[in-house]
Amino acid sequence: MKTQVRSYDDGTHFWGRIWMWSMGIVLLMFPAACCLYFNAWPEANGFLKGVLAIAPMFWAVGTIEVITYVPMLGAGGSYLGFITGNLTNLKVPCTITALNKVGAKPGTPEGEVVGTISVAVSSIVTTLIIFVGVLLIAPLTPILDSPVLKPAFDQILPALFGGLGVALIGKNLKIAIAPIISMVVLFVCVPSLAASGTIFVPVAALIAIAAARLMYKKGWLK
Amino acid sequence: MSHEFNVNSPFMFVAVGIIIVLVLAQSVFFLVRAWRQALQLGIDKEKLKSVVKSSAVFTVVPAISILIGVIALSKKLGLPLPWLRLSVIGALTYETAAAEAAANALGTSIGDASSLLTASQFTTIAWVMTLGIMAGVILTPLISKKLLSGVDKLEKRDKRWGEILMSALFMGMISAFLGMIFGKVGEGLTGWIPVFVMLASMVIMLICAVLIKKLKAKWLEDYALPISMIGAMALAIPITNAVNAYIA
Repeated sequence: MKTQVRSYDDGTHFWGRIWMWSMGIVLLMFPAACCLYFNAWPEANGFLKGVLAIAPMFWAVGTIEVITYVPMLGAGGSYLGFITGNLTNLKVPCTITALNKVGAKPGTPEGEVVGTISVAVSSIVTTLIIFVGVLLIAPLTPILDSPVLKPAFDQILPALFGGLGVALIGKNLKIAIAPIISMVVLFVCVPSLAASGTIFVPVAALIAIAAARLMYKKGWLK
Repeated sequence: MSHEFNVNSPFMFVAVGIIIVLVLAQSVFFLVRAWRQALQLGIDKEKLKSVVKSSAVFTVVPAISILIGVIALSKKLGLPLPWLRLSVIGALTYETAAAEAAANALGTSIGDASSLLTASQFTTIAWVMTLGIMAGVILTPLISKKLLSGVDKLEKRDKRWGEILMSALFMGMISAFLGMIFGKVGEGLTGWIPVFVMLASMVIMLICAVLIKKLKAKWLEDYALPISMIGAMALAIPITNAVNAYIA
């Protein structure tokens, strides 16, 4: 049994790397193919400015996402999730919910397969919904784009994290107090930081871990 | 010899279609592997089905919001590029910002539908958007194995602390996002709208939790989160209107 599990995990890393790097190359081929097909090359000045405007920030966020989300999603879930994207607003909460539902813990063999299945199903459903949406874009645009519905879709993250917060915080109330208070105080006092909020995920995680460690040592967390 | 450029060129639709089929293939590949492994581990089939159902139900609403992102970007960029970017790696929050930054660098804007993009402006934006999201693709294969074996070792040394550590990681993530919801309360009542919506979502979730407990409505478990999400989003409409009416 032991060797079985080991070989599954090794296989996941092997296939995960192959898939991921191949998909990375395929993704770069799209803009390259457009350049060749239309014989139109990027404007050097605009390209440099654009890359400088977004790369430092998004590469930092990307690095943080890898470090934070890989232990949650597991190996298979990560190799898939970092290709199919929409992690914070979809894949990660989706996986946490699935793990919670069946009582599997991340980092265990069960958590690993549940994480992978959850990310895979979520990716397939997302891809299909967007595909159908693109096919039906003409009739759908006036509905989804209507000013009446705009306030609803503007608030998708608060609507998601409110319910998810209740589901998770209820189970870990003691661990949650320190990071929640510090993050709310931080963003209320320095609102400009909220725009780059993902950067603060590791900060909040470190606060949570430090506070949990202290409580664990004191014997408050049984 | 070059082809005439159009942001909705059939060539791009075909190229994007091929890439999306490849991504679907990757998802199916990992799904089948994990499913077989789960059965080998002796995990109950019903449990696995419930994971599939929970994940599928959860995904619908966020996926529709992603579709709205595609529609918003398609006015300037055409359909194929936003379709690709938001189906593969892209994230709603990221792609809009990246496209806007690239458009600004070219002296135009995503919201400006009055002028058409030239082919070279388009390829510039496509390159910037693609290169911007490569961090995860490059890093994940490099560090996942080490990262996971580190977590594994830690859990072996002190199982209980390992569990607490994972919970703390979750709580850290949730806290950062909950904190961000309060980021605009300094702007007055409008800034409180996200907070009200979050509270609405929390209340609906608590009601669901009570119903699940009291009525033993197990079926509700799968739908509790989507219900609180849709409910809070629906309430966001009257909340926003009420706040705007109050201010005006």
